[in-house]
Amino acid sequence: MRLPIYLDYSATTPVDPRVVDKMVPFLYENFGNPASRSHVYGWTSEEAVETAREQVAALVGADPREIVWTSGATESINLAIKGAAQFNKDRGRHLVSVKTEHKATLDTLRELERHGFEATYLDVQPDGLIDLDVLRSSLRPDTTVVSVMMVNNEIGVVQDIAAIGEICRERGIVFHVDAAQATGKVAIDLGALKVDLMSFSAHKTYGPKGVGALFVRRKPRVRIEAQIHGGGHERGFRSGTLATHQIVGMGEAFRIAREEMAVETARVRALRDRLLNGIREMPEVHVNGDLEQRVPHNLNVSFNYVEGESLIMAIKDIAVSSGSACTSASLEPSYVLRALGLTDELAHSSIRFSIGRFTTEEQVDFAVRLIQGKVGKLREMSPLWEMVQEGVDLDKVQWAAH
Amino acid sequence: MAYSEKVIDHYENPRNVGSLDKNDLSVGTGMVGAPACGDVMKLQIRVNAEGVIEDARFKTYGCGSAIASSSLVTEWVKGRTLDEAMSIRNSQIAEELALPPVKIHCSILAEDAIKAAVADYRAKHEAVGVADVAASEARAA
Repeated sequence: MRLPIYLDYSATTPVDPRVVDKMVPFLYENFGNPASRSHVYGWTSEEAVETAREQVAALVGADPREIVWTSGATESINLAIKGAAQFNKDRGRHLVSVKTEHKATLDTLRELERHGFEATYLDVQPDGLIDLDVLRSSLRPDTTVVSVMMVNNEIGVVQDIAAIGEICRERGIVFHVDAAQATGKVAIDLGALKVDLMSFSAHKTYGPKGVGALFVRRKPRVRIEAQIHGGGHERGFRSGTLATHQIVGMGEAFRIAREEMAVETARVRALRDRLLNGIREMPEVHVNGDLEQRVPHNLNVSFNYVEGESLIMAIKDIAVSSGSACTSASLEPSYVLRALGLTDELAHSSIRFSIGRFTTEEQVDFAVRLIQGKVGKLREMSPLWEMVQEGVDLDKVQWAAH
Repeated sequence: MAYSEKVIDHYENPRNVGSLDKNDLSVGTGMVGAPACGDVMKLQIRVNAEGVIEDARFKTYGCGSAIASSSLVTEWVKGRTLDEAMSIRNSQIAEELALPPVKIHCSILAEDAIKAAVADYRAKHEAVGVADVAASEARAA
C-alpha cells in the first residue's frame, strides 16, 4: 500500500485518467485558440469548449449559455459577489453571508466592505446549518446579494439551498451559491433551485486545477459587472483566451460525475461509515457538523484530550487536514469549528477525513488501525485523559494559563 | 513543521511516561499549562533521603515539542539534587532539542514543570516537618 494514504479529497482530487486522456490532444495537435474564427484549428477548439460547456451545464441542470469559464471557484466567487454587488450598488449596499463560508467568499466581502459596502455574517447552529429565521431577519430593503455555500469544505454539511433561494427570490435579492464542494456529491438542479449565480471548480471533482465556471442565470436575467477586461470573451463576463485543455478536462470530469454519482456516492458512504464505526470504537470521539445533512465524503471528528498537532504528527501515514492551525504561534483553531461553538481544545484536536473515488476498504482499515493506536498512545500520555479517568471535572480546575 | 531529529526521537520514543503516587511523601508533582493554550505538562519526581531525584515521570498534552521537552527533562533531573534540578534553564532544553522560535514556550513550560514539582515536594516536607515537630513536642510534653 502506498503511503501516506490520501484522505484529503476535499482539498483536491487526483485528475481521473479518463479526463487526462481527453485533455492531452488539446495540448498537442488541437492547440488552436477557440477565438480563432478563420481556420480549422480554432474551430476544433471552439467545438471542444462548447461540448464541455454542455457537459458542465448538464450536471447542474443549467442551459449551456449560462456557463461562464473562469480560472477556478475563487475567481467565480469574486466575479459573482463583486459583480452583483457593484451592478446593484445604486439599489443597496448590504450583503449577507455566513461565518462558516470559505475564505474566497469572506475575503471578497471584506474587500467590498473596504469599498463602502456593508456585510452581515450569519451565525450557524451547532450542527453547522443556517437557521432560516436568522437569515430572514438579517435581510433589509437595501440587501442586494446573499452568498451561501452549498457544501461546507471543512464539515461537509449541506445547506438548504432551495429554501434560501425562495427567501431571496421573493425579495428580489441576488442569490449566489458556492458549489465548489458540491458537484458530483449532491444532485444540483438549477432548473428548480432559485439560484442566480453558482460557482464551480474542476479540481474538486477529478478535473484539473486552474479552471472553474460561474453559472449566470438567464431567466430571470441576472446582471453582473465584469471583473477582468480585455477582448470581451465569454459574452463580456470574463475576458481572456480560453484554456481549452483545462476546459475540456472540466467538461469530461463533470460528465463522469453525472454518470457515476449515484454509484459512487453509495460506495463512498459505505467507506465513510466503515471509517466512522472504526474510530467510534474509542470513547470521546465527537463528529463535527450534522451527520445526516452532509455529503458522505466528509468526516470531521475531534478526539478529546488529544492535542491536534501531536495527533497530526502521529498519523503522518495518512494525508488528512487538521482543524488546528497551531503550527503558527497564534494557536488559532479553525474558524468554522469555532462557529459551531466547539471549545478550543476540541477544535484543536479535529481531523477532517475526506474520502473519494480511489479510496479503498483496505486504506480505510489501515487508517482506523493507525488512529486507534496513536490516539490511544497519546491519551496514555495525556494528563487530561488521566484526570478525566479519575473523575476530575476539567472545567473546574484552576489552570495556570501561560 | 520542521522538527529536529531529537524532537522526533523523544516524541516517538518518549522516556519515562507515566505517573507516581502523588500522595507519597517522597514524590513531588508539578502540573503546568492549560488546555485552552494547547499544553498541559505533569512532571513527577521521586526524591530519596539524600535529597537526590532518583526517578521521574511525565504526562503531557501538547504538541510534539512539548512532549519532547518533558521527556527530556525527566532524563535530565534524574540523579540530580533538588537545587541542581532547579538550575536547569529553558534555554538549555531549547538548545538540546533545537526548538524553533515558535516552540520556545514548550521549553519554558518544561522548566516551570521542574520548579513546580520541586516546590510541591518541598511544600509537602515543610508541612510534614512542622507536623513532626509538633508531634514530637507533644510527646515530650
